[in-house]
Amino acid sequence: MKVLVPVKRVIDYNVKVRVKADNSGVELANVKMAMNPFDEIAVEQALRLKEASGAEEVVVVSIGPAQNQETIRTALAMGADRGIHIEASHDIEPLAVAKLLKAVVERETPGLVLVGKQAIDDDCNQTGQMLAALLGWAQGTFVSALEVAGDKAKIVREVDGGLEHLEIQMPAIVSVDLRLNEPRYASLPNIMKAKKKPLDSLTVDELGVDINPRLTIVKVEEPAAREAGIKVADVKELVEKLKNEAKVI
Amino acid sequence: MGILVFCDHDNGQFGAATLNAVSAARQIGGDIHLLVAGDTSGTIATEAAAIAGVAKVLVADGAEYAHGLAENLAPLICDLASQYSHILAPATTTGKNIMPRVAALLDVMQISDIIKIDDANTFQRPIYAGNALSTVRSDETTKIITVRSTAFEAALAEGGSATVEKIGNNGDSGLSSYVKSELSSTDRPELTSAPIVISGGRGMQDGANFAMLEKVADKLGAAVGASRAAVDAGFVPNDYQVGQTGKVVAPDLYVAVGISGAIQHLAGMKDSKVIVAINKDDEAPIFQVADFGLVADLFDAVPELEKELG
Ligand SMILES: Cc1cc2nc3c(=O)[nH]c(=O)nc-3n(C[C@H](O)[C@H](O)[C@H](O)COP(=O)(O)OP(=O)(O)OC[C@H]3O[C@@H](n4cnc5c(N)ncnc54)[C@H](O)[C@@H]3O)c2cc1C
Ligand SMILES: Nc1ncnc2c1ncn2[C@@H]1O[C@H](COP(=O)(O)O)[C@@H](O)[C@H]1O
Repeated sequence: MKVLVPVKRVIDYNVKVRVKADNSGVELANVKMAMNPFDEIAVEQALRLKEASGAEEVVVVSIGPAQNQETIRTALAMGADRGIHIEASHDIEPLAVAKLLKAVVERETPGLVLVGKQAIDDDCNQTGQMLAALLGWAQGTFVSALEVAGDKAKIVREVDGGLEHLEIQMPAIVSVDLRLNEPRYASLPNIMKAKKKPLDSLTVDELGVDINPRLTIVKVEEPAAREAGIKVADVKELVEKLKNEAKVI
Repeated sequence: MGILVFCDHDNGQFGAATLNAVSAARQIGGDIHLLVAGDTSGTIATEAAAIAGVAKVLVADGAEYAHGLAENLAPLICDLASQYSHILAPATTTGKNIMPRVAALLDVMQISDIIKIDDANTFQRPIYAGNALSTVRSDETTKIITVRSTAFEAALAEGGSATVEKIGNNGDSGLSSYVKSELSSTDRPELTSAPIVISGGRGMQDGANFAMLEKVADKLGAAVGASRAAVDAGFVPNDYQVGQTGKVVAPDLYVAVGISGAIQHLAGMKDSKVIVAINKDDEAPIFQVADFGLVADLFDAVPELEKELG
């Protein structure tokens, strides 16, 4: 079985983003970028499947500007076998991403696609479900445990009330949650090796997909800041304030 | 054209977040229909019909709808789509699972997690863990939307008298099947709708120490939450996680204990009315959003707090 892992390049999760002065978006220039943390978990899971002989090849795909090739190299350094880069603008929408991924799935015929549950920039939480819809495949979302056995997979999902166990038909789309695994770091020798691994480029035209945005961004704003509060001296003062000033208890 | 709201429920209990989605639908304006799909969803349908502002309840009854499986529910919703200008669902794990599948089948871009409605086509939603707010306009014929429950008042659960109409089933896709659930059981209020929430972080040191927070919670009628670090360390189950990738809460009072205040955590609680932080590090970022900060060792402060509450 081949495993396909779509990885997104996003602003590093430690960076405090700034809104552009013209309210057209957030500042991306000279900002530290990284692989979407959920996608690192997806890559890790694909590698574990391969190491357990549950997968023959791990292919990563990233859609975005030329710099996304660095993100693909990171995944290759973790241990993925091959990369595919599809050139597009940074703010391509999940529906268009899902359509491009569908075209890649049709070429590559993977048995499993592992996506992140959400990209931490757009916070959309859509792409995996959309890809599953377009392919007519089963979807296992927000997954914290995965066990593939033949043409079925047993999954555990993180849901609002706790955990849910499902069995899904393969091939399937699985979107990974935080507790699935802890991603490995790439070692220096592996980073060197990754430079020689194959990385193909595909164009949107080649894949024949319309990626024109459906939504218009009217404006992007900074949220209202909270007013600075006070420090209380002790628990007594805290309780007194909550009772008499804030009146919340 | 009207608005369809997908009802989140577990066949026994009506999900409170649906009431917030109904409020969002009322702000958009138009006839509101509620879709109740489930197994023996009769009682839920009766409850749904009583919600103020709902004109009609559509009921799809069948075992294939019992567990919120997206592969079965998405085609059902798609078949109804042509009659509606908007289809809304609460941004619960069920809504988030199903709606993008609906959107892709209809070839529509979904608008996730809206927090404000400017007009019937224009919506505001948080991006980058709420560090920016994006206003987007959709010109699609059907708008597919998930609603952040904390951003909209709950519609009144009583006073309505909607008609109830049974609709046909689409059958089982055969793509996925439900095995079992491991649900956290608690007598405390539900995290996302509780008026008071007390959350613990890595500073709690282990799961047993959460008993201290539970004692305070019981005195205040509060729900108990946690940071990701506390969940990852196994102190508490995953459904306690508050934050960008967990649950979003906005209670009257949020008490953060032994939580540093990473942006991913703030994303889930910074719209709370009053925030209290108890942390031994006076530089912890949580103090920047706290109305009342107490620099103290939580192992002294929390038991004392419990005593003070009498
Ligand atoms: C993709 C991604 C998604 C994430 N999503 C979330 C999310 O949804 N929710 C979330 O919470 N986090 C999330 N995080 C993690 C987040 O970045 C932080 O790592 C996490 O919130 C830290 O948890 P914490 O504050 O409990 O732990 P720490 O940052 O370790 O803070 C512990 C605090 O406890 C204090 N403390 C320790 N001992 C005591 C004591 N005895 N008395 C008083 N205070 C004490 C310390 O001073 C410290 O401030 C996410 C991260 C990533 C990368
Ligand atoms: N531009 C992209 N390139 C590759 N994968 C992507 C891209 N955008 C989204 N994805 C995948 O879809 C997941 C969910 O993204 P989203 O729906 O935007 O929250 C991510 O974690 C990735 O696995």
